[in-house]
Amino acid sequence: MMLKELSEAFGPSGNEKAVRTILRQALEGQVDRMWVDALGNLHTERQGKSRNRLRVLLTAHMDEVGFMVIGHDDSGGLRIRPIGGIDPRVLPGAIVWVGPDRVPGVIGAKPIHLQERGEGEKVDPIRQLVIDIGAKNKEKAQEAAPVGTTAVFATRFRELGPTVIGKAFDDRVGCAILAALLLGEPPRHTLHAVFTVQEEVGLRGARVAAYRSEPDCAVALEGTIADDLPKEKDASPTTELGQGPAITVMDRTFIAHRGLVQLLTHTAEELGIPYQIKQPGIGGTDAGAMHRVRQGVPSAAVAVPCRYIHGPVGMLNLADFENCSRLMHESLARLTVRTLRRE
Amino acid sequence: MRETIQRLTETFGPSGFEERIRAVIRDEVEDLADELQVTPLGSLVAIRRGSGGGQRIMMAAHMDEIGVMASYIDEKGFIRLAPLGGVYSITCIGSRVLFENGTMGVIGLDEKRQDKKQIPSLSELYIDVGATSKEDCPVRVGDAAVFVRTFFAQGRRLVAKAMDNRIGCAVLIETMRRLQKTPHEIHFVFTAQEETNLSGAQTAAYGIDPDLAIAVDVTGTGDRPESRPMAVQLGQGPAIKVQDALMIAHPLVREWLVAAAERINVPYQMEVMEGGTTDAAVTQLVRAGVPSGCLSIPCRYVHSPSEMVDEEDVEGAVRVLVEALSTR
Repeated sequence: MMLKELSEAFGPSGNEKAVRTILRQALEGQVDRMWVDALGNLHTERQGKSRNRLRVLLTAHMDEVGFMVIGHDDSGGLRIRPIGGIDPRVLPGAIVWVGPDRVPGVIGAKPIHLQERGEGEKVDPIRQLVIDIGAKNKEKAQEAAPVGTTAVFATRFRELGPTVIGKAFDDRVGCAILAALLLGEPPRHTLHAVFTVQEEVGLRGARVAAYRSEPDCAVALEGTIADDLPKEKDASPTTELGQGPAITVMDRTFIAHRGLVQLLTHTAEELGIPYQIKQPGIGGTDAGAMHRVRQGVPSAAVAVPCRYIHGPVGMLNLADFENCSRLMHESLARLTVRTLRRE
Repeated sequence: MRETIQRLTETFGPSGFEERIRAVIRDEVEDLADELQVTPLGSLVAIRRGSGGGQRIMMAAHMDEIGVMASYIDEKGFIRLAPLGGVYSITCIGSRVLFENGTMGVIGLDEKRQDKKQIPSLSELYIDVGATSKEDCPVRVGDAAVFVRTFFAQGRRLVAKAMDNRIGCAVLIETMRRLQKTPHEIHFVFTAQEETNLSGAQTAAYGIDPDLAIAVDVTGTGDRPESRPMAVQLGQGPAIKVQDALMIAHPLVREWLVAAAERINVPYQMEVMEGGTTDAAVTQLVRAGVPSGCLSIPCRYVHSPSEMVDEEDVEGAVRVLVEALSTR
């Protein structure tokens, strides 16, 4: 399963090479063009067969959240800073892979026996945590993981009933869907599919990809927040697992194109594909960068809901994954110039 | 001009949902433009081709207004909301909102909220449309709504919701009506999505590639009881921007507006606004950079449902723009 291989790959923002290599090998010879740009985005293109074909930019980001080594303790611990948004509460005790050669390490925590009363109720900020790779002293630590070395959560992919668990589903699940779209039957419209870099640190890859692409419209494929577990107050879950792909109307970075949102919802309703509207006003995706490139690009975002994203282990529902692929495939087949027209 | 202002302010058009306001403005400017275009993000561009020898000028006024979006509907049909643009909870409580499909709602506040001394957060507000269940609620997650308040004029003061920035749109429309001869190629742009992230103006400016750009928008005032110090006052004339939170106006654009105002003896004020910004903040950074400035309409209670401007300031703004755009 490609999702497993992608999920387990090492690829924090700025170090996406391992993910790029997997995708390159999977798509070699299956697309009309493939190239890597100056920032490291992997571009692929499949020519559309329709005479009235549009140019559709589809993105999924290869990078994942992680850590960068910024210094070393006398005792051999690696001082770190986060790459992307990470909740410090999920860190103590987590296992990580340090560097592309995946040196295993553990994020250290004070044993409960030594804690003062009340200490366990406080959260240590990331700047106070260290990764322990078993180095004897500062010199050994520097040798094994010099300043600038990056690390990611070390999580093996597993199937768990109708769901799967693993790391980096944000956004390797988008990468897997995008690769599947490229490997399908010849598309109606020209698909410019870009596996982007540095989304987690500011949507950087998508911005230059859209500049290069000059598309008629764009869709970001994502793994998004699902917070559907029981809560004290009846508040709004962002998305829920098993309820189908999540379509964005608005998030912190953009307002989706109304015609594209209607295309997606109407396609889902017509075919009986379950879908949900992602709770408006939360999060951001590559679409936030793409929609404002050059003269503006009508944009949308579609996502597979994932629990516990940006943490060591995420969880997604395989039916959501399949339905997201199908919704994208069918919507692209129904897209026309009229979808994008504004009066 | 009052009828135009009333019509514009009472039309539905939150950020990203500008179809109706765009249609109203299109109706106003159709006969005044040589060409009309709609950009991919929904800004309306009305082009006036001049007699030649001038500059290509972008005049931007955003047509979107702040609003709220339905973010969650509970079992009893109450609607939680997300802001579209800068929405303050204290001006929301007791307000009425209108959805695009005609549904009216009232904004309520959680009674059992965490800390009653704190200003409520938007997540402690909800919209009541009179529904009794999720099923009979006529609103869906993702639907947008605007605040409801009728327009009124009292003396020289005009009050309405969405004066920010339908007043700027009215100024541009009136400028187009009065502008007889111009050497310039002028792109009057009624921009989309200013209140959320200025993306409408940024992308329109990229397409136009202007020699200079001017945003017409509202600015704050320092003339109310206990207001923060600000030199701008209602009724003292349009304000020519020096700087705001995100931009410094190009000095030549500034001086060009000052010179126009002085030639025709229109009183004006210089504006330094500490919080907030306008479309000019993004037009200045498009492509290789565009000299940009702003002509502002002083406005009290910005981003509340009752925004107040002075008719003389509005008239002055139109006269300054007509004078500036008529000359080389």
